[in-house]
Amino acid sequence: MEMFRQSPPPEEERRVRANDREYNEKFQYASNCIVTSKYNVITFLPVNLFEQFQEVANTYFLFLLILQLIPQISSLSWFTTIVPLVLVLTITAVKDASDDYFRHKSDNQVNNRQSQVVINGSLQKEKWMNVRVGDVIKLENNQFVAADLLLLSSSEPHSLCYIETAELDGETNMKVRQSLSVTAELGDPNNLASFNGEVVCEPPNNKLDRFCGLLYWKECKHPLNNQNMLLRGCVLRNTEYCYGLVIFAGPDTKLMQNSGRTKFKRTSIDRLMNTLVLWIFCFLVCMGVILAVGNAVWESEVGSLFQSFLDWDLPLDNFLFSAFLSFWSYVIILNTVVPISLYVSVEVIRLGHSYFINWDRKMFCSQCSTAAEARTTTLNEELGQVEYIFSDKTGTLTQNRMSFNKCSISGQAYGDVVHILGEQPKRLDFSSFNPLADPDFCFYDNTLLESVKLGDPHSQEFFRLLSLCHTVMSEEKKEGELVYKAQSPDEGALVTAARNFGFVFRSRTPGTVTVTELGRPVTYTLLAILDFNNIRKRMSVIVRNPEERIRLYCKGADTLLFERLHPSNHHLMNITTDHLNEFAGEGLRTLALAYRDLSEEQWEEWAESYRLADRSTDCRKDRLAATYEHIEQDMMLLGATAIEDKLQEGVPETIAILSLANIKIWVLTGDKQETAVNIGYSCKMLTDDMSEVFIISGYTVQSVREELRRARERMIQFAPTREEGKEGGVEEWGEACSLGNGFGGGGGDAGGAGREWASAGEKQQPPPPGPPSSTTLDSISGEFALVINGHSLAHALEADMEGEFVSTACACRAVICCRVTPLQKALVVEVIKKHKKAVTLAIGDGANDVSMIKTAHIGVGISGQEGIQAVLASDYSFSQFRFLQRLLLVHGRWSYLRMCRFLCYFFYKNFAFTMVHFWFGFFCGFSAQTVYDQYFITLYNIVYTSLPVLAMGIFDQDVPDQRSLENPKLYEPGQLNLLFNKREFFICIAQGIYTSVVLFFVPYAVLSQAHQGTGEPLADYQTFAVTTATALVIVVSVQIALDTGYWTAINHFFVWGSLATFFTIMLAMHSETLFSVFPVQFHFVGSSQCTLVQPLVWLTIALATVICIIPVLAFRFLKLDLKPQLSDTVRHTQLVLQKKRKPAMPGMGGVRGGGVSEGRLGFRGGSRRSGYAFAHQEGFGELITSGKNMRLSSLALANFASRHSSSWIDTLRKKKHSTTHPPQGAFGEGSPAPSYVSATAPPLSNSSSLLGGSQDTPLEEGTRTPPVSLPQTAPALSSGALTPTSVRSPGGDAAGGWTLSLGAVQEALVGWRGVAARIGGTSSPGPSPNLKETNHTVRDGQTDRQT
Amino acid sequence: MPKKELETANRPDNTAFTQQRLPAWQPMLSAGIVIPGFVLIGLAFIGIGVALFITSRNITVLEMDYTGVETSSDCFKCSAGTIPNCLCNLYFTLNDTFPGQVYFYYGLTNYFQSHRKFGVSVDAYQLSGDTYYFTNPLNVCAPYQFVNGSIPIVPCGLSANSMFNDTFKLYQLVNVSKPVPLDGRGIAWWSDYNVKYRNPTTTPLKNAFNGTIKPPCWPKPAYELDLTDPSNNGLVNQDFLVWMRRAALPNFRKLYRRITGPDYASGLPPGNYTIEIAYNYPTMIFNGRKKVVLSNVSWMGGKNDFLGVAYLVVGSLCVVMSIVMLIVYATFKFPEDG
Repeated sequence: MEMFRQSPPPEEERRVRANDREYNEKFQYASNCIVTSKYNVITFLPVNLFEQFQEVANTYFLFLLILQLIPQISSLSWFTTIVPLVLVLTITAVKDASDDYFRHKSDNQVNNRQSQVVINGSLQKEKWMNVRVGDVIKLENNQFVAADLLLLSSSEPHSLCYIETAELDGETNMKVRQSLSVTAELGDPNNLASFNGEVVCEPPNNKLDRFCGLLYWKECKHPLNNQNMLLRGCVLRNTEYCYGLVIFAGPDTKLMQNSGRTKFKRTSIDRLMNTLVLWIFCFLVCMGVILAVGNAVWESEVGSLFQSFLDWDLPLDNFLFSAFLSFWSYVIILNTVVPISLYVSVEVIRLGHSYFINWDRKMFCSQCSTAAEARTTTLNEELGQVEYIFSDKTGTLTQNRMSFNKCSISGQAYGDVVHILGEQPKRLDFSSFNPLADPDFCFYDNTLLESVKLGDPHSQEFFRLLSLCHTVMSEEKKEGELVYKAQSPDEGALVTAARNFGFVFRSRTPGTVTVTELGRPVTYTLLAILDFNNIRKRMSVIVRNPEERIRLYCKGADTLLFERLHPSNHHLMNITTDHLNEFAGEGLRTLALAYRDLSEEQWEEWAESYRLADRSTDCRKDRLAATYEHIEQDMMLLGATAIEDKLQEGVPETIAILSLANIKIWVLTGDKQETAVNIGYSCKMLTDDMSEVFIISGYTVQSVREELRRARERMIQFAPTREEGKEGGVEEWGEACSLGNGFGGGGGDAGGAGREWASAGEKQQPPPPGPPSSTTLDSISGEFALVINGHSLAHALEADMEGEFVSTACACRAVICCRVTPLQKALVVEVIKKHKKAVTLAIGDGANDVSMIKTAHIGVGISGQEGIQAVLASDYSFSQFRFLQRLLLVHGRWSYLRMCRFLCYFFYKNFAFTMVHFWFGFFCGFSAQTVYDQYFITLYNIVYTSLPVLAMGIFDQDVPDQRSLENPKLYEPGQLNLLFNKREFFICIAQGIYTSVVLFFVPYAVLSQAHQGTGEPLADYQTFAVTTATALVIVVSVQIALDTGYWTAINHFFVWGSLATFFTIMLAMHSETLFSVFPVQFHFVGSSQCTLVQPLVWLTIALATVICIIPVLAFRFLKLDLKPQLSDTVRHTQLVLQKKRKPAMPGMGGVRGGGVSEGRLGFRGGSRRSGYAFAHQEGFGELITSGKNMRLSSLALANFASRHSSSWIDTLRKKKHSTTHPPQGAFGEGSPAPSYVSATAPPLSNSSSLLGGSQDTPLEEGTRTPPVSLPQTAPALSSGALTPTSVRSPGGDAAGGWTLSLGAVQEALVGWRGVAARIGGTSSPGPSPNLKETNHTVRDGQTDRQT
Repeated sequence: MPKKELETANRPDNTAFTQQRLPAWQPMLSAGIVIPGFVLIGLAFIGIGVALFITSRNITVLEMDYTGVETSSDCFKCSAGTIPNCLCNLYFTLNDTFPGQVYFYYGLTNYFQSHRKFGVSVDAYQLSGDTYYFTNPLNVCAPYQFVNGSIPIVPCGLSANSMFNDTFKLYQLVNVSKPVPLDGRGIAWWSDYNVKYRNPTTTPLKNAFNGTIKPPCWPKPAYELDLTDPSNNGLVNQDFLVWMRRAALPNFRKLYRRITGPDYASGLPPGNYTIEIAYNYPTMIFNGRKKVVLSNVSWMGGKNDFLGVAYLVVGSLCVVMSIVMLIVYATFKFPEDG
């Protein structure tokens, strides 16, 4: 509509035609080349200089430089400004250049990755950056997806392919994608080259879970959705190869769209510094104005009369013009109050701190051989001010490795190993017992293995269940080398555990599961998978063993499972409940296991009802669930498992210490609520001591608002009890402090110190006002936690509610946001940044954390894991979460401290230096005469006083690193910004001005009347300059000596060296030699030589020094005595201890043994046991039973495999009927994901988990006999899946069959049979008194969830 | 294979420097150091203060204004500046001996030699005897660079032009006026006389000044400043050097002569004296005052009460502070120290 619109207009719709570059070129879509660098060789200098001069400070100095070139104004030589300016510009330019070099390198690396593009029917290697929208590219297993692709076809049956999206959203479970059935047949490059479909879809956006578009091909429209897409950043897994059509490339990809803008981060100190510099600049202008007015007055009152001596070219009475010139002259000489070296020095100090971070061996991870890295060197001191930490979960808090840790089998708990002091528990060796065991599996309790070996039927049944009841796929490339592909790591861990204990899951077909039980291959017929979903929180399988017994195996959340147990399990259930509590108390994820024997009739009956439910068109899901519910009754409890979602080392301790340091930790995870809460408990973010854990999970704005409001109300209800809580808190603090001291070895004194700190703490926190109002929310913190779901968060982050959300969430000690998208993570951080003036830190490991990392003030990436996206976007990276405590409490704290001390001193010394000119103005006719030699002015900031303060800024320590870890409260001054703020700044300035007054007026008073011993007066300008300069250097050196708390050899060297340099350079500058070469430049010849031998001069200097320093000293001493800071106390204690020569306790430190805290925190109520945390979505159940994801090779049906068929069943069907059923009808609309289940399809696409029962196709009707002889698994398969007769055939003597098949466990089966009989007899499932306990537990669980 | 190597390569060095474990002295402002320190400094300052004060007391200074503001003054006639080569006398009486080596100073008040213009308007090359700059003075000398735009001024610049040109003769009035010998040698800084200021090597000196002109305010050219002593003539004339070493503050005194001679080696004896002043330098126009000052010196230079008093005050304050700190410390000391 508007013709003048700037190019390019925002894309409204994307049209991509496959294999037609010309057509696609028209739209000028972004190419796949990614550019994050800023300069190239040619543009570097101009662009960089342009950027640098955008810095106000640099422009200001350039301006000064120009002023200095005007002779009427120039009160100082030009080199006093240009030397530092060039220095600054060069250092910055070098740094920028090296930064950009690395960006170029990483860009190149990514852009030059190879990919295979289909061009003219053949595959050609092409660099990533040359891939265009509309190209068809081939991906191979374990390759990164190069761009956002529409999946066309893959090597797998039904054109499925598996991807890992860890880089994208942090979830490490595999996801399955499927191509459209119409494109699935485009197998080879030739076909693909002729593919000319056109995709019309939405413009590039950042929604990872949504895609909508249409494929026009062969005059047909095919809808596309996210299931057909492979996004850049994903990794192809378990798929030999696949072909995809590039839809979005480079910056348009969802990955890049999600990565957010790169913003230059500034620290709060930077911002404060800029404000202060602005103030100083105003101050400078004020001074200039005052002096200019003085000049005008002087010129009109005195100067005009003085004309006979001070004759100049000006019009006689134009004192205003003179004042104008004088103003600029003073701007030049007073410019040193805003020293250019400030910025350079700050950068140097930060660089030094960054190196210390890089060099820290305590932040080096030897497992992955990565040292910590400060990737941004400009944020260090901000690390000392962090108030909010936003952490990713997977890969950050957890290792994302699940391990089977404990279990309870029929009332007997296994997995707890009694620690014999000093002896490491031995890892069990499974290999001798079981050649198929996974060598990486860790288990320590030998009794469990023994019981399996001895043939304990419960143990065996327990592991049999684990080996059968799951949706894991196995891959056996070589005999005995099993690889499990689990949709969730939990399942993998359980199946692996079963594998090690002798129940090895080998392979599966849609209708069978083959297990090697204690060395014996057994094939079970898989009758049904009752898949997992979030409501059911359990899954079951129904299998028929070779002896034709039908049994249902169920695993799931105990709360739900226990309701469905047979009453006879009451006693066992109680014991198991105890065990579960115990496990859960240790933060393990628990599952309860149960089975049920089914008679043939029961099965038949249920199968029929299932078929009905399955075929229903309305409410199919609900009906299915009801059907499932029906059969999962009267189960017999087997036991429970406990899986450890392995936290990274030291995570709970780190979190504990960080929260002691008053840092609030928020976990933002893409995981589901249960998992997140579970981790919250296991890393001690959530504890049972908490008054309440609020769960916000509303789907509408109103409900979220309501839930937030209720949470606040609850908090306020708790407010009256706050007094107690606070006292408790203080006590705890004191305890923590004394603990810290105790470690230091000062046990006796510790109590006193603790008490003192505690009372100090009380002083710091004034008692909150009486009536509970919204403001009191701020002071409540500490007893609540908030869990919020992604969909609720979306509402909570809306503009009108975010305030409410922030106030509620910030009143909680811990906040967990689950199911959040990468962008939401960034939004949460943004909201906190907006509403709280706090420093935020985001830590994560995956590409899904990138936007959060970039948004937060400080981004930390976990390195050493697979992805590097997070690290690349981060400011700091290291490989273990626990290093965070050292980064913040040690490095951050030190950096902040050093930077603050540096800034205080720096402003002080420059004011002391510069303001002398102001006072001198009154005695030189406001003529902008400098007090000092111009060389002194040039060198003062860059030579005489820079190194000692730099050394302090780099090396200073108030307390050793161990102490700051032991006393996390030491971190507080940084958060409250106590060490350098406007107040501190004014104190420094005042001190500087005071010093300048002393430095001017003491020499003034002394020298005006003074003579040398030989009678010459000492009141001449050069003597005055030398005396003042010397006094100044000595005073500021004494001051830095006072400020330095940690005198290393380097500090000594710099402080003494600076003094020595000052005298050396001054004497050299005033020497005859230099004068004889440059008489004009060095007209101070002989001054210092003459002046510094005068005792009077030294007496003057001594007097000035003492007058400057004594008040400071007295003030500091009194402050230390009257109002000691915690750091002072710690330092004092430390020094006293050192003096007493008490040997420090070895291995002391803030990281207290996990055992201690666990002991205290353990045994929480059974509120969160239902940690059935696997499967982010419904499982692979339907894929398995429909056979969609079965590889032909894995099925021993290879001989039926034909190249053009996509399903083994098709093959079978062809065999049977010699008619071909093209599969596209089945797969046209349906997709393998459970959410796309369609009820319209024939058995193949039918999501039915009931294989034996599918009778509505000609296939079954026509088949009465098993097909041709098959290898071992085949009979079971065919009988189970294909012949209804065999399904119906099992006789009543099944129990005997079981006995036969499991000869090794004969004795057990006697009992089993008995139980089975009893089940058969008890048909009334009515509630029995035995169940009371269960109900109680359940109620507990429910209340917890509701709150 | 190179796993081990890799690890060692990546692992940061274990040095005290990289691990921030450098041995360090960690001073703390403990009472044990601060309070005794204050006492010591206080006592030392009081000691020095007493010494300075006594020394300063023993120094005699005689300061006399001869500007001629008052009509009673002999120099009143000259102050208008209308009489060329005006001479006037300043009488004074010493009741006691003026002990020791006596120095003769002249003083000016309200005179802004510290003005930037004075500092800038100097040609150091010229003053160091570089004859090229005799004919081509630096621009900074303007407006005293050239006369009539072409004839260079030597020495050029404001500072030189404004040289103080009153001269003094001291007579002791014993029956007749007995001249007190005044020694003008060695009154300038050694470095100024021997390094900073040089005459051109041309002989006679006058030739070096060919084509140049004296500063407008000077009565005679530089090479005629002291015809009696060639080593005190031209650009190394000591009075000139004294003037060129500009004062830092608007009220200053400069050394004019030393009083020498066998009769006055140990001081000026009591009696009546007169100073014969050749009154040339105008100060009335800018409300400046001219003074002559007679003074002797001690080890610490001239009379300076301020320093002694300041030392005494600061020293006493230190002692007082130390007592205050002791009280505070005793009340609020660290529990651990007990």
